[in-house]
Amino acid sequence: MAGPAAPSESEIAPGSLAVRLRGVTKVFDNGVVALGPLDLDVRTGQFVSLLGPSGCGKSTALRLIAGLSAPTSGTVGVSHRGGQDTAGHSIGFVFQEPTLMPWASVRENVRLPLKLARAEASASDARVERALAQVGLSEFAGAFPRQLSGGMKMRVSLARALVTDPDILLMDEPFAALDETTRFRLNNDLLSLWRNLRKTVIFVTHSVFESVYLSQRIVVMTSRPGRLSTEVRIEAPEPRAEDFRTSAAYAGYCRTVSNALAPSYAGQSAS
Amino acid sequence: MSSLQPPPLSADQTRAEGTALRLIRIVLPIVVLAAGAALWELVVRVNEIPAYVLPGPHAVFKTLVQDWPVLSQSLLTTLVTTLEGFVAAGIGGIVLAVLFNQSKWLEYSLFPYAVILQVTPVIAIAPLLLIYLPQQTAVIVCAWIVAFFPVLSNATLGLNSVDRNLAGLFQLYGASRLQTLRYLKLPTALPSILAGLRIAGGLSLIGAVVAEIAAGSAGAGSGLAYRIAESGYRLNIPRMFAALLLLSVAGVVIYGLLALASYLMLRRWHESALGKEN
Repeated sequence: MAGPAAPSESEIAPGSLAVRLRGVTKVFDNGVVALGPLDLDVRTGQFVSLLGPSGCGKSTALRLIAGLSAPTSGTVGVSHRGGQDTAGHSIGFVFQEPTLMPWASVRENVRLPLKLARAEASASDARVERALAQVGLSEFAGAFPRQLSGGMKMRVSLARALVTDPDILLMDEPFAALDETTRFRLNNDLLSLWRNLRKTVIFVTHSVFESVYLSQRIVVMTSRPGRLSTEVRIEAPEPRAEDFRTSAAYAGYCRTVSNALAPSYAGQSAS
Repeated sequence: MSSLQPPPLSADQTRAEGTALRLIRIVLPIVVLAAGAALWELVVRVNEIPAYVLPGPHAVFKTLVQDWPVLSQSLLTTLVTTLEGFVAAGIGGIVLAVLFNQSKWLEYSLFPYAVILQVTPVIAIAPLLLIYLPQQTAVIVCAWIVAFFPVLSNATLGLNSVDRNLAGLFQLYGASRLQTLRYLKLPTALPSILAGLRIAGGLSLIGAVVAEIAAGSAGAGSGLAYRIAESGYRLNIPRMFAALLLLSVAGVVIYGLLALASYLMLRRWHESALGKEN
């Protein structure tokens, strides 16, 4: 595994951009060109979806922003809040799987980022309870992951990402494995969290419908190696709720985004 | 002619079947034991086989009671040796696995020799050890040699089985090596380590017995294996059987205790310790 990218390379002044990618490429050790070159700016507080076919490098882009792997070339800039408190961490990450520790209770799973930052127990207790309340899981703090449904596990994973009160939330197809009803509920909960907490969210998905429902801005990527294909702004009224799903505007946006996405699939054989 | 039948696995049925099955699993081995002992006793009595050739179970049991002072002392000696070998194997196996996990250099340098130590029959090493080490130490070293490898290989497997995304999460939050080891790798490896220890328990008993036999008449040992050898020389066959019986029981008890410990430590989260439905 490659070491984390040096964050000092290009820090961004707070208040403007949350994330800035310039000419970023990623070539895997086996020679596969996974990404880029990709330029991407994400404003602070924006909800952006990265949309593209499987294997287009969306997840790779997210891992580069998180510092989980280093770019082969180009620069990755992530804004860091000034005067960071010790328990704070500017990035929260939600994986496609819940990625919980099966041996630890829900509470201990959510506490993990604080524990790794060596936060004081008294302060972290309050943070953990607040994060659990934010995702509606206060009653299940003592439960073990195996006792929870898929949707609830995902909520725990979300609470763990929120517990450090990050500025940026990176989500890698978090709801892809859930049934439709659960996914819709989590979509709504995520939107209301985003409205209340005003985080920057970068949301990777391959679902046109999900991206239109959630995002202010959709970045459509080409197939491998992933580059920026088109951008679509979703200028629907806020706050969005279930009735947006059935509106004519929603259907229109879905058509626009699907058309924008079609060339990305054109190069691939039937899939 | 169509009547509604309950589905093959309705709730009541499975529960009743479960209880019956559990009962059968306890009763059947006991029946086999009783039948085997009865047949053995019958063969000995009908053919009037003398006790120095083949003692019946009754004679063996009588010897066990009569010689209990001697045998219990030997049992204690062997158990202490086994325990010492087991603890050394457990600590040695886990520590080596952690070191190998932290340093590839160390793993590449030493792992082949761990394998060599494992594949060389301990019965062949024991006489050599007895030349260079005090007898009690040699016996413990034998138990360690036999028992540490399953702990090492299982712990290594466990430490390397960390969930890739969880490892990424630890990296994201800037976890130190020690934190990653303590909060991620060791808990992940715990089920494998316990499986290794469960094998090591029985093996350290075998190691202790092998070393005692190798030490044999040369030393002043008084473990159960030594008793077996000694009784053999004296044609005290009932005592040989009694000592053998004690060894088997000790092995079963050790395995049972380790399985219980493993269950208690994993029951809250690991698949192996969970019921089929919950």
